[in-house]
Amino acid sequence: MKLSVSGLAVTRSGRPIFSKLSFTLASGEALALTGPNGSGKSTLLRILAGLLPPTAGIIEWSGGDDDTPLSEVAHYLGHRDALKPALTPLELLSFWRSLLGQPAVDPLAALERVGLGHAAYLPAAYLSAGQRRRLSLARLLVAHRPLWLLDEPTAALDQASETMFGDLVADHLTRGGLAIIATHAPLPIPTRTLSLKASA
Amino acid sequence: MNAFFALIRRDILLATRIGGGAGVGLVFFLMLVTIMPFAIGPDMVLLARIGPAILWVAALLATLIGLDRLFQADEEDGSLDLLRMSGLPLPLVVLAKVIAHWLVTGLPLALAAPFLGLLLALEPQAMLAVTVTLLAGTPALTFIGATGAALTAGLRRGGLILAVLVMPLMIPVLIFGISATSAALGGPIPFQVPFAILCGLGLFAMVTGTISAALAIRASEA
Repeated sequence: MKLSVSGLAVTRSGRPIFSKLSFTLASGEALALTGPNGSGKSTLLRILAGLLPPTAGIIEWSGGDDDTPLSEVAHYLGHRDALKPALTPLELLSFWRSLLGQPAVDPLAALERVGLGHAAYLPAAYLSAGQRRRLSLARLLVAHRPLWLLDEPTAALDQASETMFGDLVADHLTRGGLAIIATHAPLPIPTRTLSLKASA
Repeated sequence: MNAFFALIRRDILLATRIGGGAGVGLVFFLMLVTIMPFAIGPDMVLLARIGPAILWVAALLATLIGLDRLFQADEEDGSLDLLRMSGLPLPLVVLAKVIAHWLVTGLPLALAAPFLGLLLALEPQAMLAVTVTLLAGTPALTFIGATGAALTAGLRRGGLILAVLVMPLMIPVLIFGISATSAALGGPIPFQVPFAILCGLGLFAMVTGTISAALAIRASEA
């Protein structure tokens, strides 16, 4: 599996965010996106997730099945965590598991993996910021998607959870997955780095 | 198809949990209908004559109440992004959400109508007619409203704009709903004619509402 991006440019409300952006990423590789606030890290991830159209450029994905659009092979973890306060973590994960297709790890096992096994039946309203993040990470495990697009995944995570996050991504990479991670903090795993510059 | 039903199930679950707002429309419907006899006075004949119209107008307004949250809640917390990335085509996402919304808001209105008809001194036959026409008409109202809900999903306090946008489109449904009800109670035209048009409006709204709401969601982030 391979992701190649060439000549990508995007303009938001008349203002160029970035242009002529090219990179390739192969199976088992992770890319860290760095750059100052407003340099387009989140925009790039949203474009790759198929949520925003690029102004110019080509995004090519060569995987097992070439017809599948990128939005259906990618997991997207954004700033907004898509949690419903009234539902329990178990209900949320079971829902995303049936919705995202290609079910992988069992929801309860995924919760154990991120250290939320004890909160499986508690409404998500009671979770702390760090626990909400970990629940979002558990979503990446319940459905199998080869490309992970993570927007500042370690925000609000404590030291132990950060190590756990590193293990999750490392596991994903050894199984041939790809990951693109926008971040300001150093990541607990080895990655290549793509720096976006502040737009004028 | 599994994903489609999972989405319907989640939305019903969310609506019936605390803060879900499933009962809001129904309570509003109840309030509107109960104050009517006080405003009009204890004229049983008059109440029975305008009763079906009161129930229909109240049902239409009650439908508008919950519509603003139809897509807004998922838009705000980022769920809509993930729904767009699921394998389910966006029109089917809309269809599932609208069906779930109708099951928890529109259907209870139709089922409550005969009981509220008691307050308006309706004859049993009129109660039956209102219930049947509301069963056919409320899905049309919800599907018409879905487009407005999708257009205003990104707006805070979009509820009034939503009502202004979709109310004119709901008027044909109201007209044929009322005329089918009066035809059922005896009139120059047979019941089937306005009722068939009402059902037709419902099917038309189902197709156009689903597609245009999906287009509105897609266009909202460009």
